[in-house]
Amino acid sequence: MKPVVVRMLCAAAWAVCVVATVRTQQIPAVPAKNDPRVGLKAGYMDAGEAAKNLQKVATLPKPEGFYDKENPAGAPTPPERDPNLPPPPPPDPNAPPDPRFANMLGFANSDLAFTGTHAVMGNFHGFNTYDVENGQRPKLLASVVCPGGQGDVSVHGNLLFMSVEQTRGRIDCGVQGVQDKVSAERFRGVRIFDISDLNKPRQVAAIQTCRGSHTHTLVPDPKDPGTLYVYGSGTSSVRSAEELAGCSGLKPDEDPNTSLFSIDVIKVPLAHPDQAAIVNRPRIFADLTSGKIAGLWSGGDHGNGTQKTSETNQCHDITVYPEVGLAAGACSGNGLLLDISDPVHPKRLDFATDKNFAYWHSATFNNDGTKVIFTDEWGGGTRPRCRATDPPTWGADAIFDITPDRKLAFKGYFKMPAPQSEQENCVAHNGSLVPVPGRDIMVQAWYQGGVSVFDFTDSTRPVEIAYFDRGPIDAKNLVTGGYWSAYYYNGYIYGSEIARGIDVFKLVPSEYLSQSEIDAAALVGPGEVNIQEQQRVNWPAASVVAKAYLDQLNRTRALSADRARAVRAALDRADDAGAGAAAAGELEALAAQLERDARTKSGVDAKRLQALATTIKGRATKLRS
Amino acid sequence: MYNLPLVAFVSFASLASLASFASFASPASRASVGVNLVTVAALAQAPVLVQPGAPGEPSKVVTPDQATDLSQVQYTGADIKFMQGMIGHHAQALEMVALLRTRTQSADMKKMAERIRISQEDEIKMMQGWLARRGQQVPTGKEHHMHGGMLMPGMLTDDEMKRLADEKGKAFDKLFLESMIRHHQGALAMVKDLFATPGAGQDSDIFAFASDVEADQSAEIARMAAMREELER
Repeated sequence: MKPVVVRMLCAAAWAVCVVATVRTQQIPAVPAKNDPRVGLKAGYMDAGEAAKNLQKVATLPKPEGFYDKENPAGAPTPPERDPNLPPPPPPDPNAPPDPRFANMLGFANSDLAFTGTHAVMGNFHGFNTYDVENGQRPKLLASVVCPGGQGDVSVHGNLLFMSVEQTRGRIDCGVQGVQDKVSAERFRGVRIFDISDLNKPRQVAAIQTCRGSHTHTLVPDPKDPGTLYVYGSGTSSVRSAEELAGCSGLKPDEDPNTSLFSIDVIKVPLAHPDQAAIVNRPRIFADLTSGKIAGLWSGGDHGNGTQKTSETNQCHDITVYPEVGLAAGACSGNGLLLDISDPVHPKRLDFATDKNFAYWHSATFNNDGTKVIFTDEWGGGTRPRCRATDPPTWGADAIFDITPDRKLAFKGYFKMPAPQSEQENCVAHNGSLVPVPGRDIMVQAWYQGGVSVFDFTDSTRPVEIAYFDRGPIDAKNLVTGGYWSAYYYNGYIYGSEIARGIDVFKLVPSEYLSQSEIDAAALVGPGEVNIQEQQRVNWPAASVVAKAYLDQLNRTRALSADRARAVRAALDRADDAGAGAAAAGELEALAAQLERDARTKSGVDAKRLQALATTIKGRATKLRS
Repeated sequence: MYNLPLVAFVSFASLASLASFASFASPASRASVGVNLVTVAALAQAPVLVQPGAPGEPSKVVTPDQATDLSQVQYTGADIKFMQGMIGHHAQALEMVALLRTRTQSADMKKMAERIRISQEDEIKMMQGWLARRGQQVPTGKEHHMHGGMLMPGMLTDDEMKRLADEKGKAFDKLFLESMIRHHQGALAMVKDLFATPGAGQDSDIFAFASDVEADQSAEIARMAAMREELER
C-alpha cells in the first residue's frame, strides 16, 4: 500500500514530491485503481473516452479511398458459429480471394509530418495532406494512393519522403501488388514526392533499397544546404540480388557484404532529387576493436526472469539532432548514440543494453540535448502489452542522460499507467517534445492505450500530467488501432489514429501545467517539423515565457512570494501600451536580483532562475528599442 | 475565394493531360470525371483523391473504388494454408512444453519453455482470429492426432511424441531440445515456403506475423542449441 500513498501525495503536491524524492533507481508507477481509463466502452467511432488535462478539439475520420467501405474499422467481428454445426468445407486454395475482407493494416494510418499550415499523415496505403492553419478545424486537402507500408513521411521544402517496405509496393503506386518473385515493378525503399501543390502531389524519385524502408530520417548537410541525406532503416526481409543487384540476406560470416547489419545513407541533391542514390551503408553495429560486423546484442534473454531482446542487425528508427551533432539510434537490440557531424559516416559513441527491452523502437532527445528517451515496442505494436499483468518496465520508455563525455546513463522508466484490456494493442510508441520552457515534457502515443503527456525534467522520476484514451475498437476481438504518433505542433497535439482518423487535442491548465506554460509552448509557432529530425527550440523574450518560469519556481518554492509578485507586476507593466524606459529599468533591476538568487540555488531551480533573468532582460531590451 | 478561377483552370488543364490515361479513355468516364472536377472547382476546398504515377509521371484522379481495390493483394490460398498449418504446428509445441513440466529438473529449461508457451499461445489466438474474420475454417490445433491428420514440417509423429514422453531428466532435456529445434526449423521452412509462393505473404498481418515467427524462432533455436551444447559438457 505504501506506493499508493506516495502516489496520492504526489498527485496532491507534485512539485514538492518531485523535489523531495531523490532516487537513482526508478520505481514504476503503480496503476491507479480507479483510473477513468479502465473499463471504457468499446466501439469504433462511438467508444467511451476519458481525458485529463487534455481536451479533444477536432476529429476527422479516415478519408474516402483509405478504408474498406464494407468494414471501415479494419476487421469484421467474427460471426458466432453454432458449435453443433458440422465444420465448413476447407477452402479451395485456388479460389480468388474474397474482396470483402480488406486486411487490417492495409489501410493503417502511420506517422505525421508538418510544414507551415499543413500536416501530412502517412498510411500503409499512401498519405493524406491536411490544412491545419486552424488546429481546431483541420481540413483534408488530398488523399494520395500509393501503397506499400509503413508510409512514414517527412517533409523538406517542396519534397515529401515516404518509407515503403512491403513486397506489394509498386514503382507506379499501383494497388494491385506484384505477383512475381523477381520484378522490376516492385518498389521497396524511399519515395520522393513533389508537394509544391499539396492538392496533387507527384512522385519525382524512388530509391530502391535491399530491405525496403521501415522508417527514415532526414539529415541536413551541415555544410551544403543544397544537399540532404536520408537515413533509411530497413527491418524487413532482404530481397534477392536478382531483383536488386548487391542485395544479400546472408549472415555476416557467410557474406561480409550482407545487407543486414547496416543502415542506408541516401544522398539527395535537392535541385535534382531524381539523382538521389545510396552513398554509404555504414556498419554502425561493428565491434570497435575487432571490426566484426555483428558487434552488438546477438539476440536472446539476459538471464533469469529477463526480457528476450531482438538481435541488433537493423535500426528501427533513428532520431537526429543536427544542432548538437548527435543521433540516437533505436536499433532492435540496443540503443545507440551516434556522432553525425559527418552525416555520411555516422560514428558510434556509445550503446545501451536493457534487460527489460524487447525491441528498441524509437528515440527522442530533450531540447538541451542532454537526455534521450528510447521506447521499447514489446509485442510489435499489434499485441496487448499494457494489461494489469504486464510489467511496468516492459514495453515502456527508458530515459537516459547523455553525460558530458557523450555516453548514455540510464535513469528511469515511464509507462502509461492505466491498465488496458486484452482487446487493445498497447505499448510505447511515437511521441514528441511539448516545448514548455524550463521543463522536459513529452507527449506520446500508446496505440489503443491512448495519448499520454509526461514530465521527465527529473530523468529518474517521470510523472504523467495529462492523457486521453478511448475504449477498444471491438468488445470481443483485438482490432489493431489506436495512436501511431502523437506530436505537438503549433499549439496543438495531433494524433494519427490507425483505424479511426486524425484527432487534435489542446492542453488544459492544471496543477501540473499552467496557462502561461501552455502559451509559452505555443509561441514556438509553425515551421517544418519532422519529429525524427529534431530542431532546437529557442523561446522569445516574451512576458508569457517569463511567467512560465515563474510558475515553475513557484511550484518548487524556489522563489519568495514577494519576489515572484514583483516580477509578475513588472511584466504586466511592461506589457501595458506605452510602457517605456521606466518599465525596462524595473525589469533590469529584477533580473540582477534573480541572477543573485540563481547563485544561491542549484540544479533545475538555478537554471530556471537564470532563464527567467535572461528572459526579462530580453524583454527590457525590446522595450528600449 | 479569390483563387477560384485559378483552381478551375488547373483542374481542367490536369483533365486534359489525363485524357491519355487508359482509365479515362471512355467518353462516359471522362465526362463523369469532368463533373467531379467542376464540383471540386466549385467548392474550391473539396478534398481530392489522387494516385501518383512512376517517378516523373503525372498523378491522376481516381475513384474510392479504384483506390481500395485490393482484390489482387489480399490473402491467397497459400496464406490460408499457412495460417491453418501453423496453428497445428504451434499446438504441438504447446503439447511438448506441457510434457516438460513433469519431466525436467532444469529451471532454465522450464523458463525457456514458459516463454515458448506464452508466445505460441498468443499467436494461436491471433491466427484463429485472422481465419475467423475471413470466414475460413479455424483449426483447434488437435487435427494432427486424427487418422490421416497431416504433419507440417518439423512436427513430431505420435510415436516420436511417445518416445519423448517416456524420457526423464537429462535424457529428456536432450531429446526435447533436439525435437524442439527441429520443430522450430520446420516453422522457418514454412515461412520460407510462404514467401517463395508468388502473391503470398503480402497481406500486412501475415507479412508481420511471418516475419515475427522467423525472427523469434531463429533466436530460440540459437538459445536451444547453446543449451544443448551445455548439456554435453
